[in-house]
Amino acid sequence: MLSATGVCTLLSIVVLFFILGFLLIQGGKFLSWNFFTKLPAPVGETGGGMANAIVGSGKILLLATCIGVPIGFLAGVYLAEYGNAAFSSAIRFVTDLLNGVPSIVMGIFVYTLIVLKTKHFSAFAGGVALGIMMIPIALRSTEEFLRAVPLSLREGAMALGAAKWKSIVTVIIPAAISGIISGMMLNLARVAGETAPLMFTALSNQFWSPGWNQPTASLPLMIYTYAMGPYPDWHRQALAAGFILLAMVFIVNITARFIVASGMSQKSRL
Amino acid sequence: MGVPIVVGPDARPAGRASGFVGLLSRILNVDRLAHGLVFCCAACVILLTVLLAYELWANSALSRMQFGWRFLFSSTWDPIAGKFGALPFIYGTVITTFLGLLLAIPLGIGAAVFLAELARPRISDLMTFLIELLAAVPSVIIGLVGRFVLIPILEKIVPTLKSVLGLLPIFSGPFYGVSIFSAGIVLAFMILPFIISISREVLLAVPRDLREAALALGATRWESTWQVVIPFARTGIIGSIFLAMARALGETMAVTMVIGNSPKIMASLLAPGYSIASVIANEFTEATGDLYLSALIELGLVLFCLTIVINGAARLLIMMTTAKGAK
Repeated sequence: MLSATGVCTLLSIVVLFFILGFLLIQGGKFLSWNFFTKLPAPVGETGGGMANAIVGSGKILLLATCIGVPIGFLAGVYLAEYGNAAFSSAIRFVTDLLNGVPSIVMGIFVYTLIVLKTKHFSAFAGGVALGIMMIPIALRSTEEFLRAVPLSLREGAMALGAAKWKSIVTVIIPAAISGIISGMMLNLARVAGETAPLMFTALSNQFWSPGWNQPTASLPLMIYTYAMGPYPDWHRQALAAGFILLAMVFIVNITARFIVASGMSQKSRL
Repeated sequence: MGVPIVVGPDARPAGRASGFVGLLSRILNVDRLAHGLVFCCAACVILLTVLLAYELWANSALSRMQFGWRFLFSSTWDPIAGKFGALPFIYGTVITTFLGLLLAIPLGIGAAVFLAELARPRISDLMTFLIELLAAVPSVIIGLVGRFVLIPILEKIVPTLKSVLGLLPIFSGPFYGVSIFSAGIVLAFMILPFIISISREVLLAVPRDLREAALALGATRWESTWQVVIPFARTGIIGSIFLAMARALGETMAVTMVIGNSPKIMASLLAPGYSIASVIANEFTEATGDLYLSALIELGLVLFCLTIVINGAARLLIMMTTAKGAK
């Protein structure tokens, strides 16, 4: 009976390696210079690439980070350092609620909030949608790592006469910074793979989208569109793009965990 | 008697900071500003959630006025005639989630038991790390692999399945590859990592004395795990199942790519179906007319309420278990 449980674990891990291996082989085969530098070819023709999707994803994620990280970080500081019992528990409850909202409902929300009002699909709307998705996790991870800072550091700062905000900025946050950064990286990796919110906020684009007010192509959405299409060339490109996305997500994830691990071992040496 | 206190040349009266920052600190009360700023950000979160609920409510008003509660029980989805009913999608969502849970729960709890009870700590940590990597795989990638790998495999396996079980209504009818069955399998792999990691944490929180007491009374390893540890952690494991359920209900991309997009309620698992998230994803940008859009937004509202309820129940259950373990 007990060995059956081992089989269960092995099965779960085998799935992971299988996904990785499949994309590595199938997707890696079709990676080419064209893929990174060309725009999508007209429907049915071969030789196109996903340059605009890669750049578009980058733009949207940049905006998402600029929106989600500061709000989540500062709100986390509030929960960890200030805050009274009732309001804090309300915020934690609401954060969990926001975290549990399906990503497509978030897309509907930003559609009604921004796209309907500006009458445009835009990279701005897409960035806002992903930014709002980043807030709950940024908040939770910041609060967790700030709470983990030992009391002795806080008391030391206070004993030296530092004002509260100064002790937070110069002592407490730097002590927790490795954890906070790794939390943000994990957050970014998660949001980078989200497709549903972008479906009706940034829509998609066959060409370059200058500025922030145009519909913008993004990598996950291109993967979806191409995978569902009937052309073998599109399927090959979808697999290649899938490989790129998965590789990025894994690299960021593994780096983030190393940062946390090395941060923890540094702290234990204090 | 004491050590003489020497006041150096650059000693200042305590409390007077110098420079620009010091000037700023004395003109504005920076502490109050900082407090205000972080408070605003925290309040932002509450504001956004309230705004989300309001926008969903307000924008689905047209459809709610038109159909009322019948929306949830009618199975006609006819955009041309302007008749909308959510039943096929609710059915599809519930069946795929149920199927996914059916497959993921035994696998997940089994793996969690292995990682918490049997594996050596370092192997357990390494395997947990790999399983958390599986959780990080974007849903569109799992859909991709589902479409290009799972469906061809199923197309080979299902004829054999049908020859054995084809008399049952749930396995009747033609199989086109895209089906509720495929969607259920894909969902199972998406929620498996959540069940494993939360159940593992809950099992690790069970106090050692319970296990050791069972073993001291002569129970085998399996008996102590199955009859003592798991029942103690039962509430938390159920909480993890609820969380996985909430995740599965809202799962869009992976399901849309393998479910077949057919708004009909069929008894067979091998038939194509439709889930709430999939219909929104597929039809939102092509919705003609306000009523159509409003009906889709009302579907979003239904999904929103469903996930709130299940998430809330899940958090409560997990809180109850960790409190029990800490006592």
